[in-house]
Amino acid sequence: MATSMTETFTAAEPVDLLSKFDPIIQTRETLLAAGVEDPFNLVMEQVLSPTRAICNGRDTILLGTYNYMGMTFDPDVIEAGQKAMQEFGAGTTGSRVLNGTFRDHRDVETALREFYDMDHAMVFSTGYQANLGIISTLAGKGDYIILDIDSHASIYDGCAMGKAEVVPFKHNDVEALEKRLKRIPEGAGKLVVLEGVYSMMGDVAPLKEMVRIAKENGAMVLVDEAHSMGFIGEHGRGVAEEQGVLDDVDFIIGTFSKSVGTVGGFCVSNHPKFEVLRLVCRPYVFTAALPPSVMASSAVSIRKLMQGSNKRAHLWENSRTLHKGLRDLGFKLGTETPQSAIIAVIMPDLERGAMMWEALLKEGLYVNLARPPATPAGMTLLRCSLCAEHTAEQVTTILGMFERAGKAIGII
Amino acid sequence: MTASEVDERIRTLIEPFNKKGVDIEDSTTFAGDLEFDSLTVMDFVAEIEDEFDVIISMNQQAEIENWGQLVAAVHKLQDS
Repeated sequence: MATSMTETFTAAEPVDLLSKFDPIIQTRETLLAAGVEDPFNLVMEQVLSPTRAICNGRDTILLGTYNYMGMTFDPDVIEAGQKAMQEFGAGTTGSRVLNGTFRDHRDVETALREFYDMDHAMVFSTGYQANLGIISTLAGKGDYIILDIDSHASIYDGCAMGKAEVVPFKHNDVEALEKRLKRIPEGAGKLVVLEGVYSMMGDVAPLKEMVRIAKENGAMVLVDEAHSMGFIGEHGRGVAEEQGVLDDVDFIIGTFSKSVGTVGGFCVSNHPKFEVLRLVCRPYVFTAALPPSVMASSAVSIRKLMQGSNKRAHLWENSRTLHKGLRDLGFKLGTETPQSAIIAVIMPDLERGAMMWEALLKEGLYVNLARPPATPAGMTLLRCSLCAEHTAEQVTTILGMFERAGKAIGII
Repeated sequence: MTASEVDERIRTLIEPFNKKGVDIEDSTTFAGDLEFDSLTVMDFVAEIEDEFDVIISMNQQAEIENWGQLVAAVHKLQDS
């Protein structure tokens, strides 16, 4: 019977919805046909420490994670997570606004308020969702978002979700921001979205001037400090703190998946009406709350980061040593000076970038291979992100690996 | 400013971006015929915005595929 049923259908020519990705499939196949190990399919079989893992079978130094402060293996952070999992179970099985707020969700928000010395903190399941949720909820149809053209995908997706008018300006260009702000119709809601550290090149924004200009033009300001928390600014509150404008920033977005060493995202603010966002922000309401173990680990980690000045100093030392060493070897870098824990090495093209990436992996070094559309100006980058737990000897070893690989591939 | 005056001024602005010297008609597309990538679009849009003192949001840019649409949009924007 079943056979006769199917025979009655005359199949229309199906439209393959995946065929629009054919160019990407082609690029990837060309790359792999050249014999390179797949840069987007690396497996860490064992993680030995914040700076070492067994990757694709090799003992590898990790120089491409966002584990800036090395908190993933901190004994107190691990112990707190284990204890919370024992006491509260493996997961929350529910939204923050229903059954998903446990003791430690509240505690991690308290830890964030202490860390930033701010009145309100709201924790999301990831940093992506924090940007998606806060931006889309703040700026809706008829409002204007003025943002740096090199903003992270989560910022752009938040803009699209909220349906605001999106006005980009040239990367880190203060004058371009000001011109656009002045052209926005009078009376319209305005949100200026900036990042402290831009993660592709590792450069820092001129927040001092930009925040002032935004305020002079009646805009609210949101700054994503994902790549600065814990080691930039006197208290590790980020670039806005370092440049003395934190009090004028309306919303700070951050993440637990970098310096904090766990997973999750957040927004902190002094806005008196901030708490209403818990009721109206869809990426907060319509998703499951993070597991209690993650919350307990995060709370301990955030409080330890408040006392992390020695580790911060060592991280900066690593960043300066690697930046100078790579420049002396003749590599082209994303910034003239070391501005953050990210050092971007500019590759001549994707092909040689992938070859260099593979040569480094075989040397026993993992870095991030970044390419368009994630990168600005169609560049291929090898992004190095340092950890406070990298020893001075490891940095020297890393420079030796870069020298051998760079010469073998013909980049230096 | 009339639509033809707008057309003329944008034609001057596009010259440095039109590297292959493509003949521009109303139906000339930016992504296809002129092969503009996102960075070129940003720089070109910024030039127009500064010249006419207007904002062309990304939402509006998404609706503009060819030259005729661009001229019409800028003409409308600088009128309002």
